[in-house]
Amino acid sequence: MSLEAELEPGAPIERDGGPLLEVDHLKVLFPIKAGVLVDRKVGFVHAVDDVSFELRSGETLGIVGESGCGKTTLIRALVRLIDATDGAIRFRGADITRSGRKDLEPIRREMQMVFQDPQASLNPRKRVSQILATPLGMRGVAKGRMQEESHRLLQRVGLHPEHINRFPHEFSGGQRQRIGIARALAVDPRLIMLDEPVSALDVSIQAQVINLLDELQEEFHLSYLFVAHDLSVVRHVSDRIVVMYLGKLMEVSPAEELYSRPIHPYTSALLGAIPLPDPNENRARDRPTITGEPPNPIRPPSGCRFHTRCPRATEICRSVEPQLTEYAGGHLAACHHPQHVTAHEIAESTRSPTSPASAGDEPPTADE
Amino acid sequence: MATTSATGTEFSGETAALLAEGEGLPPGIGPWALAWRRLRRNKTALAFGGLFILIVVVCLLAPVYSHAIAHIGPADETYLSKPFNVKTQEFAVSPTGIPIGPTWHSRFFLGADANGRDVAVRLLYGGRNSLEIGFVATMITMVLALILGVWSGYFRGISDGVINRFLDIIWAYPAVLLGVTLGTVLAVGGIGPLHGTALLVPAIVIGIVYIPYVAKPVRGQVLTLREREFVDAARQQGLSHARIMFSEILPNLASTIIVFFPLILANAILLEAALTYLGAGVQPPNASWGTMISDGISTIPAAFHNVLVPGIMLVLCVLSINVFGDGLRDALDPRAKVRIAH
Repeated sequence: MSLEAELEPGAPIERDGGPLLEVDHLKVLFPIKAGVLVDRKVGFVHAVDDVSFELRSGETLGIVGESGCGKTTLIRALVRLIDATDGAIRFRGADITRSGRKDLEPIRREMQMVFQDPQASLNPRKRVSQILATPLGMRGVAKGRMQEESHRLLQRVGLHPEHINRFPHEFSGGQRQRIGIARALAVDPRLIMLDEPVSALDVSIQAQVINLLDELQEEFHLSYLFVAHDLSVVRHVSDRIVVMYLGKLMEVSPAEELYSRPIHPYTSALLGAIPLPDPNENRARDRPTITGEPPNPIRPPSGCRFHTRCPRATEICRSVEPQLTEYAGGHLAACHHPQHVTAHEIAESTRSPTSPASAGDEPPTADE
Repeated sequence: MATTSATGTEFSGETAALLAEGEGLPPGIGPWALAWRRLRRNKTALAFGGLFILIVVVCLLAPVYSHAIAHIGPADETYLSKPFNVKTQEFAVSPTGIPIGPTWHSRFFLGADANGRDVAVRLLYGGRNSLEIGFVATMITMVLALILGVWSGYFRGISDGVINRFLDIIWAYPAVLLGVTLGTVLAVGGIGPLHGTALLVPAIVIGIVYIPYVAKPVRGQVLTLREREFVDAARQQGLSHARIMFSEILPNLASTIIVFFPLILANAILLEAALTYLGAGVQPPNASWGTMISDGISTIPAAFHNVLVPGIMLVLCVLSINVFGDGLRDALDPRAKVRIAH
């Protein structure tokens, strides 16, 4: 079993330099209800299934995966928009998994979220000043200083202070996302969850927004949890990257290493899906591809979730769920047949305590 | 593995340069200002809106007309044996029982009814009552429907089920049938301290009858609104349910409420007339357009002005509300342009 489980649940672990956010065997299952008069639970969608990782102060953690892999559910569970079924979320060591609204208030001041669709995430009937007033009020800004603070915020995210009395529909997509960022920034948070913050924007605008996020991170010492399906964007912003598939962690790795030495076949396939700007080069490269749709998350495959589409799958993948194996340099992968690792590295590797509870104990086997 | 070159996008460019992006736009125009602009262009709607306001003002001035011009109260019956005009020896109701038609006198300008009462005075007083009942009923409908609709749409679950079944029960009856039943029972028994003849009784009956017609669409809209990301954003910021309902959801329902108001008002006035005609609405001695039509039916062959005058007022009033309401809806509906095209 995991080492985390031996810690006293909810014990305050106020450590300086400790992880800002710890996710401990988090599970989010959505019940599927059926029945004419009385709802019966006929099954569960395994949206996030036993996921553990930590986010250190000041770092940007990227979360990537296909659509439907549970990225957005995970991030929503972390900001407590969705209740977790099992597991724990700890912010600065304090367990917030089941905290009520009142207890969450100080946490929410430190943990903010930027949504995917800037159009939908701003109330169309509110002026920018009203949108910003709520979080500014949370921070305790007095009514008289509200205007001044809003001006400062807008200026900081690259908008005109005069735009304060406008409505969201009067802005472009990029500008709206800046308002979304300003709203998150207004409470002076430590951690911002970015749920595909640029995927709804034009490529040129994406670059501007990402640069803004970079600047803000440096200026306000922010930590980011950056969810995206665009691997090139994630690579640019992330220090470490988590790869998810069907609600499970596949690989956790420092950003550069993930791109140069993907251990999990799924990661290679994801990387192979990044288009190259040069069509000749794009066609010429020999890339691992996977076909088909992800399996149904209501009845996920046995053993390794990826075995139905994996080119390296063998018998053990079908029957035993792989443990998360920790390789040198903090590189984790859940695969029975890892690639780009030597037999020596496998011998040196250890079973990570963040492995899912249902995972087997089989160490990975070396290639060839 | 060819991956590294794929991600070589270098992000450059200062965000400060973006400050220029929004330049040259007019200052903030809200959804309300836009709707008002569209409404102002719709002259027909404005004209009928003006007509409705005129009707309201004239009806509110009923006591002034009664005291200063006609010098007769709405319930005053002129004695049938005595001529109301001594010089011309005119009777309000002829010895054969036929009421006088419209005249050029300040009294009985629109004639008299079978009881020798001034139709013009009763028309204004009756209009005041009809409008009053219509407004109060609409307010009752709107407030209750909003509470029920927002509550059931926002919280869903059991309360949604209970509220919806309750609305279904009301909805299952035709409006007039339910109105007549409730109206008759309440007119006899009254509601608590309210006497059965109080004007508030028909207003409450009509208000209740129309609740589902507003509550159901409101609930549907709240169901979609609560899933919108800005509600998530508000929840993520730790706002309470009450604050989310008031400051996030309610402003987005405003245009629906505004569109429904004239619709329900027109229907409430019509239903009041129908109920009163059937004896389940306004009780005598109070006047309303419904009572006047009902009273005038018996004298139609000899003096049809008794039915015609309140009928015309009723039609004008309901028509003006409806046309104005249509214009309002077009102005508030973002797809208004599509609708005008066909």
